[in-house]
This record gives sequence, structure tokens and C-alpha cells, in this order.
Amino acid sequence: MSLITVLQRKETHTVSQKDEKWDIEISSEKKLIDFKFKELWHYRDLLMLLVWRDYTHVYKQTILGPLWYLVQPIIMTLAFTVVFGNIAGISTDGIPQTLFYMAGITCWYYFADCLNKTATTFKDNQQIFGKVYFTRLIVPLSIVISNLIKFGVQFILFLCFLIWFSQTNDAVQPNLYILLFPLLVTLIGGLGLGFGLFITSLTVKYRDLIFLLQFGIQLAMYATPVVYPLSTVAPKYRWLIDINPMTPIVEAFRYAFTGSGIFSWYHLLYSFIFMCVVLATGMIIFNRTERNFMDTV
Amino acid sequence: MSKKVISVEDLSKRYRLGLMGLGSLRHDVNRMWHRVRGKADPYAKIGEVNDRAQAGTSDYVWALRDVNFSVQKGEILGIIGKNGAGKSTLLKILSKITQPTGGSVKMKGRIASLLEVGTGFHPELTGRDNIYLNGTILGMSRREVGRKLEEIVEFAGVAKYIDTPVKRYSSGMIVRLGFAVAAHLDPEILIVDEVLAVGDAAFQKRAIGKMKDVTKEDGRTVLFVSHNMQSVRMLCNRAVLMHNGGIAFDGGVDETIHQYIAKVFRPNHTCFHPEKASAPGNNFIRLRRAELLHAEDQPLNVTMPFKFIFEFWNEISEGGINLSLSLFSVRGECVFKVNTPSRILQKGLITSTCMIPANLMNDGEYTIRLLFVKDTTQVLFAIEELLTFKVADAGRTGFWHGKWHGAVRPKLDFDLASTI
Repeated sequence: MSLITVLQRKETHTVSQKDEKWDIEISSEKKLIDFKFKELWHYRDLLMLLVWRDYTHVYKQTILGPLWYLVQPIIMTLAFTVVFGNIAGISTDGIPQTLFYMAGITCWYYFADCLNKTATTFKDNQQIFGKVYFTRLIVPLSIVISNLIKFGVQFILFLCFLIWFSQTNDAVQPNLYILLFPLLVTLIGGLGLGFGLFITSLTVKYRDLIFLLQFGIQLAMYATPVVYPLSTVAPKYRWLIDINPMTPIVEAFRYAFTGSGIFSWYHLLYSFIFMCVVLATGMIIFNRTERNFMDTV
Repeated sequence: MSKKVISVEDLSKRYRLGLMGLGSLRHDVNRMWHRVRGKADPYAKIGEVNDRAQAGTSDYVWALRDVNFSVQKGEILGIIGKNGAGKSTLLKILSKITQPTGGSVKMKGRIASLLEVGTGFHPELTGRDNIYLNGTILGMSRREVGRKLEEIVEFAGVAKYIDTPVKRYSSGMIVRLGFAVAAHLDPEILIVDEVLAVGDAAFQKRAIGKMKDVTKEDGRTVLFVSHNMQSVRMLCNRAVLMHNGGIAFDGGVDETIHQYIAKVFRPNHTCFHPEKASAPGNNFIRLRRAELLHAEDQPLNVTMPFKFIFEFWNEISEGGINLSLSLFSVRGECVFKVNTPSRILQKGLITSTCMIPANLMNDGEYTIRLLFVKDTTQVLFAIEELLTFKVADAGRTGFWHGKWHGAVRPKLDFDLASTI
């Protein structure tokens, strides 16, 4: 009896080896690096539709619509100007406070939004993920792109202020480093996505991390030169601010558009390498989690 | 010209039971420690056969164990089995939602799996937008969806509402729209889970017709999982029976359904949980006892009255509660559904009795589903296949002893006399 089953099994194996043209093979194997770029490309239409869905969803049944995107930077800039600029009296390196804070806020919130939203990918999409397969990475990618639209709107607001202030204030000196803008945006998005993938994967099994996240992002903002210029940081704490990969990006952004701040290729390269590492490990761990996460949720 | 398009070899899937917590952390750490030392996974061997009736002793259970089968091109394969036999797990693996623990699956061609209709539908978006969204989630490109848009809208019969947000649709319309999108995917292999259970009878027929057309005209392959033996019989040309995570039978549809009834069906007239903490239920309701009672001296037959008795702990103090009992034939058709009136109950033990008169049931095998409903709308707790039982035929007068047709066999006033 058992011999027969063994024989049968052998037979099926040889048959399957003979015609090798299978399109899909599912097994328990776990490849460490399997980024499925081809599949990502296949689902590009879904990516765009998800972005568009998020976008329309935000302003459905609101009067101001996408104008709401502008409320956050304006309020935050006002609050920072009052609290850090006037009450605490922190220097802004000689450039107008409004412009200084808005530059930091625009960059920082793009990072924070990417991280915050991608960090709950698995939790928010259990319903869909449990019913249909598509490359899961599409979802966090769509979040990064949706936030890019928001960032775009806020960036235009920043540009308006920049043009106004560069006409009236000599300290504001936009320069050629503006050409680095696409790179800076990529770095911010990449870092947000990388960390987000990491956290969403870890929180599938143990949810504790989610509680730390909100708190952590708040704290991280103070470890980034958003409300103060890097030049005022005491040498004793400088290393702490320097290991933060967002620091060189925010500083470079401010330097390019306003001419104040510390620009360093060396530190920017550090951010770039940091992003590559975090994004790659994030994707690896995300891919590993995606295969079995439905069993643990 | 038969060609193998799906080949499943030694497929296994193990689940961990219970809650995530420190225990799972300990297992993870222990597993990692073993891996570091180059030893085998210490938890890979334990785990038992998937049988829900028995309380397991181990934390792991095999939802699938060494499943082997293959499907030829153009076949419509039905997959039947009890709840928890492994059907859903098998479908989830085939649709790449979860990875197997062992074994492999190989498939040829494009696959669409329909474990739910209208996955990813967004209530705020219009029908048209949702068709695009759902279509791309299922793997179509936007151009493909555009080309088929008219066909989809026509099949779903929602042309009038196509620019209305889906939140204003009736549930039937949503199901029709969801199925219409999936049916126009043009996959070489279509995997369908009981989606047809929802939607009205006319639509079910059309959906089954559509699936049949697809396989006939284009040689597509369909895997169809259902509780409803009737639709399996209508649609499929082969069926496999799953039982305790393995394949118990593989063959013609009628033969497999016969095996299902013979093998899987076990009469179960009582269900008793004296301990409140371990009784089935939740924070609102816990079931203590469910029992079928009839005259003791002989097996239940069509001429005998019987009754169901339910006893449960009620834990909520406000709102009316009613019980809803649905009686299904073992083939999955609902024979009838009865409700108690909705009453405001005190906390504590409640008893409910449902009398079934003599000469109502036809002979056959049945199972009941019990729902606990709050304020006649909110289901607090549902139990499928709570009791199963067999009603035997009784001695008949006359000479004909073939199968008596019909869902029920009521004794009605039906007489004849000569009109002078």
C-alpha cells in the first residue's frame, strides 16, 4: 500500500519534470531577496488608481477640498513662530521665521506622513489582503505617492512665501543647489517608506511597536533641525543630530531654497546610503511577512 | 487532449492555535535558537490532524496534510467538505494569499481567484470607478477594464446606477457588480469560493451559466468550493471531498457527494457545555446546551414529532433578543427558518424550545444553524452545524418505495371522491 503511494508520487514527480512550462509555482521556499519588480510593473494601473482613490477620498464631501492640505503647514508654522521663534527665542539663522519653519515643516511632514501611513499597511488592509493576491508593495508605494501630491501642494505654498520673501529680504538667497530638489524628495520618501515597511512588518505579530510610533515620530522631529538651525546645536549633542538621516536632507533643502544652513555632500551621501539600506531591508522583511501574515493577524 | 493545468503535490499547511503573546515570542526565540545551531524546527513535527470536534493537546494544527491532486484543462472541479475540512486554506494557498508549510503547487496560465465579491470596493466611489479599481486589484490593466466595461455593466444589470456611489447600491447589486467584474477577467483558471451563496436565485443561475460558458467555449478551468451540493452538481464535472485536512475522495460529482454524506455525516443530537467559560459564544451569549429530543424507543422518522432545546447564558441586559434557527439539508439547501419573538431577557440562564410537528420533515440528513440576534437586526453570535441528525423514512402504505421528492413531506388534507 505505502509502496504504491511512493511509486505514484515518483510518477507525478517525473511527469511534472517533463513538462516544465509552469507559469506559477507556489512552494514553502523562502527566498531572501525577491523584489518582484516585474509584478510591480504589472500592477502599475492599480497603483495609480489607489493614489487617485486616496486623493478623491480626502476631499469628498468637503468644501475646501485639497485646500485642506494647506491648513497643516500654515497652522504649524504659526505655532512654531510663536512658541519657538518668539517665546523661546531660538535663532533662525537670520532668515525670516515663517520661511525657516515652513521649510522644515514641509520636509518633515512628508517624511512623517509616509512613515505613519505605511506603518499600518498590513493592519489597514487585512480585509483586501485576505481575499485577493496582488503585489502587496503596491499599497505602501501608493501611500508614498499620495503623500507626494500633498507635499507638492504644500511645496507650492512654500514657494509662494519664498518668492515673497526673496523680494523683500536680502538674507534669502535661493541658489543652484535647488537642482538637488528631486533627489531630496526621493530621499525623504525612501526613508519614510523604508522605515514604514519595517515597522508594519514587525507589528504584524507584536503590536507593541505601533504605540511607540506616534510618540517616536514626535521625538524624532526634535532630533531633526526643524525648529532650530543645525548651526546652533551644541557640539556635545551634534553627533546625535548628525546620525539622524533626515538632518542633512532638511539642512540641504533649506540651504538650497533660502541660502542658510549647512550643506555637506558628505552628510547627504550618508543619508543616501542610509535610505538604500533601510529601503532594502524594509522590502526584504516586508516580502517575508507578506507571505504568511494572514495567519497571524 | 487533456492537459494538466494545476498540479498540487504533498501540500501541507500548519497553523498555530491560540493567541499571540509571550508564548509565541518564546516559540519564535526557541525556533531561532535552533536555526542558529543548524537544527530542525522543534515545532515542525508536532501538530495533529485537523479535527475540530476533539480538543487538541498541541498548539499547532495541520489545516492541510499531504494533499495531492491535479486538474486538467477545461475541468470544473468542485471542492466539498465540512466546515474546517481545509477547503478555505487550500483556496488561500492556491490564490497566493498565504504560503504553504510544505509541498508545492504548480499552475499554468493566468489565475483569478474570487474568494469574495467586490474586494476593495470603496463606498464613496461610483460604480464605474469601482469597476476599474476592482478590476485592477484582480490583475487587469485599465485598458482591459475599459474594453469590457459595457459588457460588465450589462451583465451586472446596473447601467442606470453606474455613476452613483456604491454606498447607495443594494447588497444584491454590489454582489452582481463584483461577480461581473471577476467573470470578465478572462483568466485561464478561475477559483471561486461560495460567492454564489449571496445574491438571488436568478443571479445564481446566471452566474453558474456564465462559468459553464467560460469553460466550454474557451477551455478555461474552474475550481469551485461550495457547501451547496446542488450548485456543485449543476456546475462541476468532477469533485473532491476534503476531510480533516486531506482529500478523502476524488471522483465524479454524484459519487463524491454520496461519499460526503456517507463519510462525513455523523448524527449529533446533543451539544453540552457545563462550564460557562469554555462554552461557545462571546461576551453577549454563551451556549450551554443544544439538544434534539424525540420519543426514545426508536430512531427518528418522518411521522414522529421532535423538539430542539437550547439553553444559553444571556450576558446582556438591554435590547430584545431572539433566536433564529435555520434547518439545512446536508446538501446545503435551507429547508426552513424560524424565529422566536424578540424579547427583553434577564441576565442568566435562558431556555428555548422549538417544536417540530410530526409529518413535516422529509426523510434525509439535516443540520441546523442557530443565530442569536439582538433587536432583530444585529447578529450577536452564530453557530453553524450545531446539531446534525437523520430523519428516516417510515413504513408507507402502498407499493411504491422510491425516494420521496421535496424539501418537506407535509401531511396535507388532500382527498379524492367521485363526482356523481
